[in-house]
Amino acid sequence: MTEELDAGVIAEQIAESGQLGGPGGGREVGQARRRKEDARLLTGQTRWTDNIALPGLLHIALVRSPIAHARVTRVDVAAARQRPGVLAAFTGADLAAELGTLPCAWPVTADMVHPDHRPLATDEVRHVGEAVAVVVARDRYAAADALEAVEVDYEPLPVVTDMTEALRDEVLVHADKGTNKTFLWPFDGGDYDAARAKADVVVSRRYIQQRLIPAAMEPRAVVVEPIASAGEYTVYSATQIPHILRIMLALTTGIAEQKIRVIAPDVGGGFGSKLNVYAEEVIALVVAKRLGRPVKWTESRSEGFQATIHGRDQIQDIEIAATRDGTILGVSVDLKADMGAYLQLVTPGVPILGAFMYNAIYKMEGYRFRCTGVFTNKTPTDAYRGAGRPEATYAIERIVTELAVELGMDPIELRRKNWIRHEEFPYTTVAGLTYDSGNYEAATGKALGLFGYDELRAEQARRRESGDPVQLGIGISTFTEMCGLAPSRVLGSLSYGAGGWEAASIRMLPTGKVEVVTGTSPHGQGHETAWSQIAADALGVPFDDVTVIHGDTQSAPVGMDTYGSRSLVVGGVAVHLAAQKVVGKARAIAAHLLEAAESDIEFAGGVFSVKGSPEARSTIQEIALATFAAHNLPDGMEPTLNSDAVLDPENFSFPHGTHLCAVDVDTETGAVTIRKYVAVDDVGKVVNPLIVEGQVHGGIAQGIGQALYEEAVYDPDGNLITGTMVDYLVPAASDLPEFTTDRTETPATSNPLGVKGVGEAGTIASTPAVVSAVVDALRPFGVDDVQMPCSPERVWRAVHGAGGAAGAGRAAQGTVAYGGPQTATTAGGAE
Amino acid sequence: MARIDVTVDGVRYTDEVEPRLLLVHYLRDRLGKVGTPVGCDTSNCGACTVHLDGVSVKSCAVLAVQADGAAVTTIEGLASDGRLHPVQQAFHDQHGLQCGYCTPGMVMAAVDLLAANPDPTDEEIRHGLEGNLCRCTGYQNIVRAVRAAADAGLAGPAGSELAGSEATR
Repeated sequence: MTEELDAGVIAEQIAESGQLGGPGGGREVGQARRRKEDARLLTGQTRWTDNIALPGLLHIALVRSPIAHARVTRVDVAAARQRPGVLAAFTGADLAAELGTLPCAWPVTADMVHPDHRPLATDEVRHVGEAVAVVVARDRYAAADALEAVEVDYEPLPVVTDMTEALRDEVLVHADKGTNKTFLWPFDGGDYDAARAKADVVVSRRYIQQRLIPAAMEPRAVVVEPIASAGEYTVYSATQIPHILRIMLALTTGIAEQKIRVIAPDVGGGFGSKLNVYAEEVIALVVAKRLGRPVKWTESRSEGFQATIHGRDQIQDIEIAATRDGTILGVSVDLKADMGAYLQLVTPGVPILGAFMYNAIYKMEGYRFRCTGVFTNKTPTDAYRGAGRPEATYAIERIVTELAVELGMDPIELRRKNWIRHEEFPYTTVAGLTYDSGNYEAATGKALGLFGYDELRAEQARRRESGDPVQLGIGISTFTEMCGLAPSRVLGSLSYGAGGWEAASIRMLPTGKVEVVTGTSPHGQGHETAWSQIAADALGVPFDDVTVIHGDTQSAPVGMDTYGSRSLVVGGVAVHLAAQKVVGKARAIAAHLLEAAESDIEFAGGVFSVKGSPEARSTIQEIALATFAAHNLPDGMEPTLNSDAVLDPENFSFPHGTHLCAVDVDTETGAVTIRKYVAVDDVGKVVNPLIVEGQVHGGIAQGIGQALYEEAVYDPDGNLITGTMVDYLVPAASDLPEFTTDRTETPATSNPLGVKGVGEAGTIASTPAVVSAVVDALRPFGVDDVQMPCSPERVWRAVHGAGGAAGAGRAAQGTVAYGGPQTATTAGGAE
Repeated sequence: MARIDVTVDGVRYTDEVEPRLLLVHYLRDRLGKVGTPVGCDTSNCGACTVHLDGVSVKSCAVLAVQADGAAVTTIEGLASDGRLHPVQQAFHDQHGLQCGYCTPGMVMAAVDLLAANPDPTDEEIRHGLEGNLCRCTGYQNIVRAVRAAADAGLAGPAGSELAGSEATR
């Protein structure tokens, strides 16, 4: 019908050029589309922050404290300034007024202790790696050389690295605060004491969530390009949160928000570690402002291990109460969470996110949660993949298995008896959340079949009977989690500093092509591909005709960024909603052009047609072209189809699944080999099964990393012993098994696409499955815990320490020797 | 300063370099060949893997002066005639990458692995790539990709055209 339009010469040229797209080829959502992102990533044409080269670019390097706690009595940068190629060097005092103090956006209680956190320390350092001075040079080698010329005098202060010791308040991290206790956050659901009073069986355990290092493959980096005369700054940062960073940089430095543009170029993984506002981002901005020259800072890996946030680091005292027939009555948790030396962006909120997850998929009457935040002389903790929920899921899944042992029940049977049945959804839990949908029976049934549960149990019995030195263990994790952060009102009730909405815009170009502008900020998740699929379906255009724009506060100005498995369930759904608005506008114009009532216009597969006269039709691209020409629009109609949507979700997202792990444990060497790993995840409707499977694979790998390999170890003086990739064991291909993954599909009812989050599910699920399997293998030896990571030494000691009197085993497993190196097995926190 | 004569992705360069300059920094900072990233400072992660006279090396563990007289191939020089190398194509087809930061090194290591062992078992692939760390994929699809490339044969069907059809930004 284009030729019938009075659309002007440009429109005619477009129509004749062959560029005007046709209807899309059918349903994109659900297809295993290969990713649009891959082309540049596979060919080295990526734009990592450290790749950015600008005329006159200077390089920043930071002098960092080698001492965990000290008064800084002198910082002298004069000699560094004389080094060849050095343009400037600054102490913390030099820049104090401009640098401000780093933000914490989650004051979980009104009386939370919130110390200042200066980007460059001025008078005291509180963890190894805290920066005290900055040098600026013409290249990265000259900057590194100049660090040696900075003289710093430290007067050592007492150090505390262990939470239990810190809570005695004998050694204070922040002397002026008078305590190391950051906050006490209590939460109750139902009446735990009443539930416990009815119990026949109460099982209590202490679990240690060791400290982890996120170790995204791309080290952090920041480049600041100033237009000094205009007072404008472009900040390129390897960040997950360009939008939040922009606001926070304005608040921290006093530079007006509209003068700062933040770009997250290609970002190489985050896992929460780039969900922050870091000292180096502020320092680079202030130095660029001072010098009027573009500057770059790129962390070395070992520097990043000290200067980028860590994860986990909690002590969990958990208790479960049940009747003899296996009905769970209640759960009580006393949690201690290590903040490290300062509060980063959401440090205090991480353990609080776990508060709603310890009841997991189980029905119960009473729930009690107490969380104490603790300062220590270590790198700050913050969100690491799962952020509070992996810890909660670990503790509850471990102790439910322990309860099954106590009751003499099969751990699957105990779970079946207590989980929320699929016909009971929506279900409001004892912790007050309403799970919208789920089917634990279906996921578990599928997983058991793939796993061969009964056969493996039979084999286990045979090998126990025969005294096989290599014992078989089976671990179970029937998990759910809350993600898709989040309903803004709920976040407000938890004292979170911002809302949980997400924005999307759809721009229909004159040639019928589509630009999707998203407020999410992907760093490996494949949003360019998945959002294209969502938009293609909603608009009825080809997948290849859609381009996704993200990660730049100038071109994608509205957003709340990517973390907490929120991008699809909030941001992806916002894309769908914006596309619906485009279709609504196009429908009105189609009705006008087709001379029909709007109520008679149907839209399917990218084509508007008139009910009852199928020959009267127009594609959405033709409508886009007619709208651009604007020669013949309804009276008062704006000549644009472009539409925005901002979605504030009505609920969290509750993906769930069943992960089963079989391990062979060599009781003579302590070696653990994962023999079989089955994961059946239910993430609702799936946009791209390839991406979902990839997220699950990677998540499981990180959870296995915690279970078997990874631990950030500090010595009693606060030195990070595992300070390089030589010592901190990020799993390699040879350390991991092949996973068997499958899905069940129970659509979410809280969004129109029926989708649930998937980014963290694998990590949340896998750690308890693996450790429970190790413990299960060692059960004949009287072992009921092995502290993570289950290294060969720890496993061997568990076996050989537990042979004697009951209870001796627990001490020998080192469950109490918190904070020590992996080899420490002394009980009682001996340091 | 030392004078080096090195060919990178088919282009010959003669440069004065500091003896301590790492090959990866020579590639990135002097030649602008930023397709090869740096992921660690202890030669553990393998992100910076390139080929030096056809053999994979971690370019953070090689001095630029050691590349004097040699030919270096980076991820930027792997595709030929405007088409992806079969290993690059297999990574795309099998979703063997997510954030993509390890990908240049992983692909270069995999090409070298297949040159030495054209038909590796999954176990051999996992051990052959243990010097290259990935934090996103759990390696499963990387193993699948290398397996698929092996099955296709390095001389097998060339990859899809590079001509920007999928470049989206």
